[in-house]
Amino acid sequence: MKARRGAQWCARLSLGLLLLAAGASCRPAGGRDEPLRFWAMGREGEVVQELVRDFERENPGLRVRVQQIPWSAAHEKLLTAYVGGSMPDLAQLGNTWISEFAALRALEPLGPWLARSAAVPAAEYFPGIWDTNVLGDQTYGVPWYVDTRVLFYRRDLLGRAGYTAVPTTWEGWRAAMEATRRVAGRDKFAIFLPVNEWPPLMILGLQAGSPLLAEDGTRGAFSGPEFRRAFDYYVGLFRARLAPPISNTEISNLYQEFARSYFSMYITGPWNLGEFARRLPPELQQAWDTAPLPGPEGPGLSMAGGSSLVVLKSSRRKPDAWRLLEFLSRPEQQARFYRLTGDLPARREAWRDSALAADPRARAFEQQLLRVAPWPKVPEWEQITTMVLDRTESAVRGSTPPDSALAALDRDVDRVLEKRRWLLERARHGARAAAGGAP
Amino acid sequence: MSAPWRSAQARAAWLFVAPALLLIGVFFVVPVVGGLVLSLTDFDLYAIGDPSVARVVGLRNYHQVLTDAEFWNALRNTLYFVLAGGPLSVGLSLGAALLVNARRARFPGLFRVLFFTPVVTTLVAVAIVWRYLYHPRYGLIDHALGWLGLHPIDWLGDPHWAMPALILLSAWKNFGYNMLIFVAGLQSIPEDLYDAARLDGASAWQRFVYVTLPSLQPTLLFVGVLTVIGQFQLFAEPYVMTQGGPLRSTVSIVLLMYEQGFRWWRIGLAAAIAFVLFALMLGATLVQLRLQREERR
Repeated sequence: MKARRGAQWCARLSLGLLLLAAGASCRPAGGRDEPLRFWAMGREGEVVQELVRDFERENPGLRVRVQQIPWSAAHEKLLTAYVGGSMPDLAQLGNTWISEFAALRALEPLGPWLARSAAVPAAEYFPGIWDTNVLGDQTYGVPWYVDTRVLFYRRDLLGRAGYTAVPTTWEGWRAAMEATRRVAGRDKFAIFLPVNEWPPLMILGLQAGSPLLAEDGTRGAFSGPEFRRAFDYYVGLFRARLAPPISNTEISNLYQEFARSYFSMYITGPWNLGEFARRLPPELQQAWDTAPLPGPEGPGLSMAGGSSLVVLKSSRRKPDAWRLLEFLSRPEQQARFYRLTGDLPARREAWRDSALAADPRARAFEQQLLRVAPWPKVPEWEQITTMVLDRTESAVRGSTPPDSALAALDRDVDRVLEKRRWLLERARHGARAAAGGAP
Repeated sequence: MSAPWRSAQARAAWLFVAPALLLIGVFFVVPVVGGLVLSLTDFDLYAIGDPSVARVVGLRNYHQVLTDAEFWNALRNTLYFVLAGGPLSVGLSLGAALLVNARRARFPGLFRVLFFTPVVTTLVAVAIVWRYLYHPRYGLIDHALGWLGLHPIDWLGDPHWAMPALILLSAWKNFGYNMLIFVAGLQSIPEDLYDAARLDGASAWQRFVYVTLPSLQPTLLFVGVLTVIGQFQLFAEPYVMTQGGPLRSTVSIVLLMYEQGFRWWRIGLAAAIAFVLFALMLGATLVQLRLQREERR
């Protein structure tokens, strides 16, 4: 134990010396000529250039090269860069990827940086979102923008069915669906839950109190009573023909179908605020609204999504990277970023920005963001979600009984998590051996 | 021939092949052996961060591959591609070669170049154009089907049609290469064989069956083996066009390997898939050689 701490201290000291040496040799001439490398994805990567230009103006002599990476290739590119030792200094990371890159030890723990800085106060962020960046007792990222799911619904149809608002309990919600479908017509449905999208079902699971993964994220918890309750509710909606058992590739135009009241409710994210406003016909513009998700016994949880900014451990320019992170986290930059992209700001001060405060439909998101929970923080999560889709689709389409579908899902998931079980077991053994060996 | 002389000759020979051996060793033998070792471990994402957590698992990866429904699905898709696309591709190249090589053909050089152009075009660019061609609403192909009074087909969105669409694209993209090989083979057939056949009153079809085909045997074998080997490694077409969809109907073995290796970073498992694929291709090639030999007897 002592030797290990000594080694760590030594490593830290040498790293510090290295940094000093690098800094000393770089500062006068080179170094700052070399631009700071910042990787951002998709549309964000395009838009952030504008913000970064102001950062450069504020920090003469500091140049930033933003590299824009398409979302579809981002994960591969980051991992390849990690293996090849060519990581950037600062990067945008989907917050479900944080556990993975932390497991690779690619991320700089931000605890010390946060302690030293007043510019990024954790209390100013949505707690559930901030939590996605925390693993054990260490913080690895700072939320940049947030994402969650709420209910988009046809207020006119619900109104005709006798509802002035979406009920807040599962029971009330289902009754509202039944009433809405009666109003909409025989061949219509109440809610669209695409069978190729996993978040709605997993959100119901979170709401019912399921941990989704049990035993420190080493086993599936899908056969457990909590998830079973959510699953029965979910499958029940299809069995009662309240939801059509189709995927969203089988529907040609979501907005048209919503306008034709093929379905009156849809669980989706903030990007659709703009899309619904743009794509629904003018006469329907007053007819749709958003609401926080109902839960089993009252207002329910939703997912804590979004992207974070992370400093890479391999970076030799961490102070500069941190400075850019601080800049992008300023409330006014967050508000500006929202205006440019439509991404909801992570920082709550930025919500007081006029555009968001004035939009009643955005308020459902703000309320929901106070009730969000993260997905299980294991690197295998993304792979697990593909298994969830495989196993639940057959149950939804009616061919597999829920029991065997969930048991099979747990089997698949346990197989993928075998390595993680072994690692944790080994770490526990190591700790016990170390504890036993100490005098 | 004295012993020292022979050894000097041998040394010179070794010296001459050394560069080639070195290259093969570094770029072929070492990676293959490395891959084989990897396939016996559970090298994964965690091991990328800390190689000491990779475990030797023996044949577990192979067991997992062979018991995985995903693998069998990928194998089925790949065999579909090989068995339907292989003959189509070879037939197309042979036909094109006969046309280009025909005595009455005009501008044979021009056509040879035209037919060969798809081979040297990058697949990604080709795929973008073909995605437009296959588009159910704006695509040229469905438009043409409309003239014939047929219903439009959602080529890349329908699980039944996605693979035929890829086969068509791949056949069009690759037939030019085999065509050139066939042209070379055709030109090496002595003209007097045809003259003799003609004197005996053989029709054009008979000349093709009894003169051209037997003379082309070695070329056919070569083309067949190369085509099958190439087609087993189907990857770029589904990767660019469909990402394995719809409903996993275009996942090939190599695409599955890519997903396991570079999406989920289960490198050990991906390496095992690679060796299973190698065994399959070796088997298919041996079968072809055997068939050929029996035919010759």
